[in-house]
Amino acid sequence: MTQKRTEWRNFLKRFRKNKLAVFGLIVLVLITLAVLIVPPFLPYDEAQIDAAAFNSPPSAQHLLGTDTTGRDVLARLLYGGRVSLFVGVISTLISVVIGIPLGLLAAFYRGWFETLVMRATDIFMTIPSTILILFLVSMFGPSIVTVTVVIGVLGWTKFARQIYGTVLSVREKDYVEGGKAIGQRDSVIITRYILPNAIAPIFISITFRIASAIILESSLSFLGMGVQMPAASWGNMLYNAQSISILKNCQWMWLPPGLVLMLTILSINFIGNGLRDALDPKTSIR
Amino acid sequence: MRKYVLKRLIIAIPTFLGITLLVFALCYNATGSPLELLLSDPNISEAEVARRAEELGLNDPFHIQYFSWLKNFFCGNLGYSYRTNQAVMEMLMEALWPTVLLTLSAVLVACLISFPLGIQSARHQNGIWDTISSVFSFLSTSTPSFFLALVFLSIFSVHFGWLPIGGMYDTGKDATFLSLLRHLIMPACVLGSTLIGSLIQYIRSSMLEVMGEDYVRTARSKGLKERVVVIKHILRNSLIPVVTYLGMEIPLLMGGAVVTEQVFSWPGLGNLMLKSINSRDYPVIMGVTIITAVAVLLFNLLTDLFYGVLDPRIRHN
Repeated sequence: MTQKRTEWRNFLKRFRKNKLAVFGLIVLVLITLAVLIVPPFLPYDEAQIDAAAFNSPPSAQHLLGTDTTGRDVLARLLYGGRVSLFVGVISTLISVVIGIPLGLLAAFYRGWFETLVMRATDIFMTIPSTILILFLVSMFGPSIVTVTVVIGVLGWTKFARQIYGTVLSVREKDYVEGGKAIGQRDSVIITRYILPNAIAPIFISITFRIASAIILESSLSFLGMGVQMPAASWGNMLYNAQSISILKNCQWMWLPPGLVLMLTILSINFIGNGLRDALDPKTSIR
Repeated sequence: MRKYVLKRLIIAIPTFLGITLLVFALCYNATGSPLELLLSDPNISEAEVARRAEELGLNDPFHIQYFSWLKNFFCGNLGYSYRTNQAVMEMLMEALWPTVLLTLSAVLVACLISFPLGIQSARHQNGIWDTISSVFSFLSTSTPSFFLALVFLSIFSVHFGWLPIGGMYDTGKDATFLSLLRHLIMPACVLGSTLIGSLIQYIRSSMLEVMGEDYVRTARSKGLKERVVVIKHILRNSLIPVVTYLGMEIPLLMGGAVVTEQVFSWPGLGNLMLKSINSRDYPVIMGVTIITAVAVLLFNLLTDLFYGVLDPRIRHN
């Protein structure tokens, strides 16, 4: 127990030393707090149309201006942030819940189950995920739920592959043999002996996957295949910007969501890098 | 070498069959049937529709339909578009070349930027190049391509007016190479940008690993020029993980091409996919999905072969 605690303390120490990671964490917390707390205090909500102000530039009334239909950009930015973060986190959870057990059991029991799972990952990884996601979303109809579920379900391969690789090496360790020798049940060996020793790298992947899930969601919404108006997401706020006049004259409509999206992804990536370096100083890239 | 190629080919077959099965099963359960269009036509009686269904084999059990679809696929027949009535295969072939051109150009752009940066940052660790490539890779992994595309458009097309906003050639003019190049440059950079970040990291870490090898020290102590050592001894040997990575990322690029093609109205597979989705044109959607998967399989195969060429140990194992 004390050893575990020292490890944890060393891990925190290394993470804290990484300035970019700490910066990322602070920014991400600020963004999360902003999108969670601020919206109820805003004078407008995401779908509310101000008939007196279409395409109006930032002013005292609309801090970030309004979009082509007269909706407040700041309100959409904050509500959209909720959607983007929600989709990113929930869909990653779905991927983990599907991928981890499959990869773990495949590596533990080997045999036909292993073949089945690994061939399935091959198949899913060969079809470009954006294409497959578009395909599925078109079948079920675009909505926040479909997008979350589809991104989540299709994200399982990476986690399955990763835990599979780790478990393959962990299962050969002496303490697992020991567990088997004293007659522990498979379920106990998996949850008590193998999982704790294979789970750490998964947290790094989770971090990076949240970032890519957010990018996927915003790309889909940008294409009009994700979150549908009047609901806001950072991606669909840029949907309207695909016209020259808006690109040229209405930067307040598309620069803020784009920049906030970028800042969020950047922060998550900083955190992911920090976690990786802190977990295993040897593989540290920087 | 022939045995190696053959082995790779055989491994690809079950994956290919799995993909077709998956896509077919999804369509089988989703589309209802292509007869919906007919049913909505008041001039066609229900008996007529039933006759058509029988004719098209829609009443057959799943596996029979699948095998007849597969047979048609191998004969190059993927059915007809609901939207344009054109043969799906024809539409796919038309759109395939622009997508392949765009994807390969993107890889080229990514390599042109990543290799110098990766090599320099490995040679001078913690130097200025290391910082620059670090900034590049963080920006590249964190900028969604559609946002970058909009930024590029607003700078290079809208503000300066240097580059065309979309399409593949100037409309109404001859299709010249120069015109193609001018249209290609922005989409290729946007699509390539998604690759740069991790490519730099791969090149850097793989070079660092090789730099510690004995044969590199030997090469240096023989008095070879630094250029020769870096290119012939270090770079060549550190290429394998880099090539693997590039091969693995091709699916991602083909997928990313959907967004890029849409923003720049590039007439490729991604654009075709979106148009077909908006009109629920399932034969085309299915065709695009399968053809991109096949393209990815082929690229993976090429990567494996290239791998064998780079490292004789692999093909003899």
